[in-house]
Amino acid sequence: MIPDELFFLYRDLAPALIRGAAVSVRLILPSAVLGFACGVLAGSCRVYGFSLLRWAAEAYVAVFRGFPLLVQLYIWYFGMPRLGLYLTPYEAAVLGFTLCSGAYHSEYIRGALLSIKRGQILAAQAIGMSRLQTLRHIILPQAVRRALPGCGNEWIYLIKYSSLAYMVTCIELTGEGKIVASSTFKYTEVFAAVGFVYLLFVTLATWILKGLEKRLTLPGFEFHRV
Amino acid sequence: METILQVREIRKRYGNKEIVKGVSLSVRRGEIKVLIGPSGAGKSTLLQMINFLVFPDDGDVFLEGRRIDPGRKRELCAYRQQVGMIFQEFNLFDHLTALGNVEIGLVRVKKMDKKAARLRAMAELERVGLGDHAGKYPAELSGGQKQRVSIARALALDPKVMLLDEPTSALDPELIGEVHAVIRELGASGMTMIMATHQISFARALAHEMIFMEDGRIVEQGPPDIILDEARCARTREFCAKIGELGGRP
Amino acid sequence: MDFIPVLKEGLPYVFKGTWVTLVVVAGALAVGLSIGLPLAVGTVYGPRWLRRLIDLYVWFFRGVPLLVLLFLFYFGIFPFLGLDLSAFVVAVIVLGCISGAYQSQILRGAILSVPEGQMKAARAVGMSDLQAIGLIILPQALRLAIPGWSNEYAILLKDSAVTYALGVAEIMARAHHVASRTYQHLPIYISAGVLFMGLTYVGTRLLAVLHKKVRIKGYA
Ligand SMILES: Nc1ncnc2c1ncn2[C@@H]1O[C@H](COP(=O)(O)OP(=O)(O)O)[C@@H](O)[C@H]1O
Ligand SMILES: [Mg+2]
Repeated sequence: MIPDELFFLYRDLAPALIRGAAVSVRLILPSAVLGFACGVLAGSCRVYGFSLLRWAAEAYVAVFRGFPLLVQLYIWYFGMPRLGLYLTPYEAAVLGFTLCSGAYHSEYIRGALLSIKRGQILAAQAIGMSRLQTLRHIILPQAVRRALPGCGNEWIYLIKYSSLAYMVTCIELTGEGKIVASSTFKYTEVFAAVGFVYLLFVTLATWILKGLEKRLTLPGFEFHRV
Repeated sequence: METILQVREIRKRYGNKEIVKGVSLSVRRGEIKVLIGPSGAGKSTLLQMINFLVFPDDGDVFLEGRRIDPGRKRELCAYRQQVGMIFQEFNLFDHLTALGNVEIGLVRVKKMDKKAARLRAMAELERVGLGDHAGKYPAELSGGQKQRVSIARALALDPKVMLLDEPTSALDPELIGEVHAVIRELGASGMTMIMATHQISFARALAHEMIFMEDGRIVEQGPPDIILDEARCARTREFCAKIGELGGRP
Repeated sequence: MDFIPVLKEGLPYVFKGTWVTLVVVAGALAVGLSIGLPLAVGTVYGPRWLRRLIDLYVWFFRGVPLLVLLFLFYFGIFPFLGLDLSAFVVAVIVLGCISGAYQSQILRGAILSVPEGQMKAARAVGMSDLQAIGLIILPQALRLAIPGWSNEYAILLKDSAVTYALGVAEIMARAHHVASRTYQHLPIYISAGVLFMGLTYVGTRLLAVLHKKVRIKGYA
């Protein structure tokens, strides 16, 4: 009995999980970086953009926060070929994750930019800083600190939502699990193991973010993570 | 003495309301001018226009006889370094320590060497009596200490003129004295200043000239004793009497 | 424009999924509240061991993806326990358990933002701790939690689309059904997305009205 279980673990489950986890990481990392960049762009446009740009950014955020992520993924994967855009499952997933999380990131970026008091910018100008210097030395260091808790949560959501890539046939951790489970009928064991790997990822990411927040924390810029 | 800063026919409107209606003044080197007037008179707008934190709609500013062209970014930044600004709300950079606040202009704007900047910044902090608080963040300082840091920040850039916009209005009464002491010393050292304030007795002791502003215009100006005690204009007298009652008299 | 007739025929079928979606969401919100409320009270007022236990629950349900939990419970745990539950019921339970973890956090924040003097005053008039929590703290905290719920509703609504993976006949499942029959994926999924947006809007508006209705005068 026990050797059997071990054999299953050794021969079927472990390799599948490792393979799947590798794909998941390859989904999560680029989406996290690109999504954040997207959010910075959209958030800046919403705060500082001229009217047309601001309007476009607001519309982007409304739609990509309003549509369920699954619907967005289906649009990229099943819908776009109609317009001549053929994406692989992997590409569709990364595109979907990036644009969706970008919309959420932009909320935090926007809030952070708005929370910077006008006096900070005035004072920077008053000592002769250029616009670029003000952005680089005054606005960004403050905005990053204000946005970090929200964006951090968003990255953690991304880890979990990356499992939806399976729905557009990108075989990552969840997909590998589903395949092993369906062929061995060990659903409980397999999905418990898959869940455990996600928990590991999420916990690790939480630690890293906590460490980062600790390093960036200053009096007056304390982090409140829920 | 020669004129160091001159403002000529400067105007500002927001929407269809004219906030500053053609104000001119000139300040000589070492002179201290105090702006008084009711809230909403346009004092802050005027001071902020002098170093183009608010862009005037019309009018010119001259520093040492040279007209400042705010359209030329580099020239504008260089000009602003020579005109120190003290805000009512301090506006310390919240993510930097007291020392960092004083240093950043030296390092980033004046491109001074880091070590030299640190020494200079420390010296400025000590000059305002905050040598022991260099490592503290704004959130850890009292209002009076914040305002003194902001004065040190401006002084570090060797300004030729200082503009002070109600430097003690946001402070608790018991903290006003320490900031006044620093400003008084600054005056004694020969710094040219334009200051808006409601602290009449302080202003009387410090100012060479007092300017009464109301509704975007200069109503009356002259030596403090004249303006405060024997003003020609009824509005000036009324205003001075009112704030005199509030404990402005020595 | 060849998709217009298809939409005319297919969309009513998709839109009928609204009821299924809304029942799933309402059920999950209710399950979530009945889990989240005791958990929140437990984390604020409970003993240390209870707080640890609740932390563990929250950590688990906030850390594992919805899709994995759906598979785990529908194919694994419930059959293993001998329970033959429909996909719909499993969807409500799983979404409810996840929402319970999030709602416990929302309510915890709300309880903590009730001023401390309230508890003191309740004790001062002779209430037991339980009475103070039930009669004084929670009525204030639940009001404060409404914006959080509004957010939770929007999240659950969008997450409910994932229950399509188990075959629950909600909006997304129906959209996929029509789309793969007619090959009009793009217009149909966009319509489904717009429908979700509309439902989010209506629901959050209603909660905002509720928030205003139960507002205590002069209370932030
Ligand atoms: N950015 C602005 N937009 C519109 N009105 C303004 C703005 N800044 C100042 N004002 C108006 O200009 C008037 C003068 O303001 P201010 O210069 O701050 O006066 P003071 O400093 O003398 O109290 C006030 O009525 C104020 O409401
Ligand atoms: Mg003012």
